[in-house]
Amino acid sequence: MAYFKVESLVKYFGGLAAVNGVSFEVAKGEIFGLIGPNGSGKTTTFNMISGYHRPTSGRVIFKGREIHHLKTYKICKLGIGRTFQVVKPLGRMSVLDNVIAAAFSRVNTMAEARELAQKSIEFCGLSHVRDVLAKSLPIAGRKRLEITRAMATQPELLLLDETAAGLNPTELIEAIDLIKKIRDNGTTIVIIEHIMHVIMTISDRIHAINFGQTIAEGTPVEVARNQAVIEAYLGTDYA
Amino acid sequence: MKKRLYPLILLAVLAGFPLVVEDNYYQHLMILFLMWVVIGSAWNMIAGYTGQVSFGDAAFFGSGAYAAGLLAHHLHVSAWWGMAIGGLAALAVGFPFGWICFRLRGAYFALATLALNEVLRHGTTIAESFTRGMLGIMIMPTFVSKVPYYYIALGMAVVSVLSVRLLIRSKPGYYFVSIREDQDAAESLGIDTHFYKMLSLAFAAFWTGMAGSLYMNYMGFIDPHVVFSLHDISIMAILVGIVGGVGTVYGPTVGAFIMVAVQEMFRSGFFGLFKFLAETTGSESVRALADVLTKGHVLGFGLLVVLVILVLPNGIVGDWDKIKKKVFRIHSPA
Ligand SMILES: Nc1ncnc2c1ncn2[C@@H]1O[C@H](COP(=O)(O)OP(=O)(O)OP(=O)(O)O)[C@@H](O)[C@H]1O
Ligand SMILES: [Mg+2]
Repeated sequence: MAYFKVESLVKYFGGLAAVNGVSFEVAKGEIFGLIGPNGSGKTTTFNMISGYHRPTSGRVIFKGREIHHLKTYKICKLGIGRTFQVVKPLGRMSVLDNVIAAAFSRVNTMAEARELAQKSIEFCGLSHVRDVLAKSLPIAGRKRLEITRAMATQPELLLLDETAAGLNPTELIEAIDLIKKIRDNGTTIVIIEHIMHVIMTISDRIHAINFGQTIAEGTPVEVARNQAVIEAYLGTDYA
Repeated sequence: MKKRLYPLILLAVLAGFPLVVEDNYYQHLMILFLMWVVIGSAWNMIAGYTGQVSFGDAAFFGSGAYAAGLLAHHLHVSAWWGMAIGGLAALAVGFPFGWICFRLRGAYFALATLALNEVLRHGTTIAESFTRGMLGIMIMPTFVSKVPYYYIALGMAVVSVLSVRLLIRSKPGYYFVSIREDQDAAESLGIDTHFYKMLSLAFAAFWTGMAGSLYMNYMGFIDPHVVFSLHDISIMAILVGIVGGVGTVYGPTVGAFIMVAVQEMFRSGFFGLFKFLAETTGSESVRALADVLTKGHVLGFGLLVVLVILVLPNGIVGDWDKIKKKVFRIHSPA
């Protein structure tokens, strides 16, 4: 039994098929990359996994259980965390309070939530801005807050949507280190990323889509050499 | 540390007030103030903390008032029994309403509360055989003295403010504010946003209904236009919340004090100042101006709100540090 899988996922927005028959399996403990050009349906796939969109058809199965009919908050409780490509900080709350709110998904008392949040903040390296309002964080801080908050919900499976976009080279290295550290800590990761060298260095396997359909899957080396992937990214002229 | 003492000092002053000031008029204003602390705190919970702005608080206020009034009128039991069911009646109105309308977000929810307000006002007006319609409901007040009402109102105000304080520093409070800040993010953090919006609305409806039944008992008379009033209840609740400071524990207390004072100022023509001027000068234009000012209290309210939003967008409590710096020139240590 696969740890996590999506089966023939389809999502129509009106007449537009944003995702059109995507299937993949993720093994426990791996970093699984999801790539594709702009508008190819990556975020929509995440939205179906995390319950923001109901699939038009297809299934999402986590540890043998169908979850595509569940509400978003229930999917979080089951152990699937996510970050947003367009970051969603709880702006007028401090960084600590953002993470405490997340920690309450696992504990009920203030003391426990605070402790869990502190751990997550330290683990993700946000201690220096702990008491700052979330809305005053620069983009790198906001991206990291997304991860910190998701980690405080203690996910088994973490969906990262372009958490490296907009970071400078130093921040990028830090982000890669953090993602590896999260995986080494026992969390399975599905990651969407546009920055090729990031996704190529950290993924165990990569799944490429274009126009909502699978075009390739394999190790980073295999996918990088794949004709369809090269065409999708560079256009047929370059192929 | 000193800050922690302020609420206790305030409580001591309020507890001693009717023993020192025996004047009926001021006791009356203070009872209204305490009632507005309850309503303002309730509004602040759903609108200020949870971000689901209600334009129709009178729906809950009126439900509580009518629950108490109808019970007394039809069953001839003391209207104090109504106090027990006033909050529950408002809950009974709020629950199905929230269940359906929380599928709406932002301005649509606010408009739905406005509609609820109006539906109930017309409903009680039309259902004459049950509610006596525009004739209203009159009951005999239990006490002649205002003091018992004062202490009941004080008790309700204290419990409602304390319960806000308690809730806001625990899981539900964190969840309410998360929903206000970003509902999608909140869902992804495991928050059942529909449930917690219902919980917040239940809190607001309950306390507003309790205030309504207190009003019935204290004033002894209600009719649909009084207790389901859009400007005297629903808009006043918003003003109490905004002036004091949205999303602050003591904001509604400050807001209630100021708004009851302002309301009374307009109602009484600046405590009779204009009437006095009109009589002494015998001038028709002063008399006309006095008339306009007295009747135009809604306009006065509006101007006040615009002013507060421009100068103190976070209300008096929310912008307290700013006020201290500007007005008192006190610099808090950094
Ligand atoms: N809520 C929605 N309603 C209508 N159309 C949508 C919605 N969400 C996404 N789409 C459309 O679906 C298609 C896929 O969008 P999606 O956001 O999944 O792409 P993506 O692969 O994440 O792209 P990017 O790399 O730019 O983030 C796009 O054409 C987009 O415009
Ligand atoms: Mg995307």
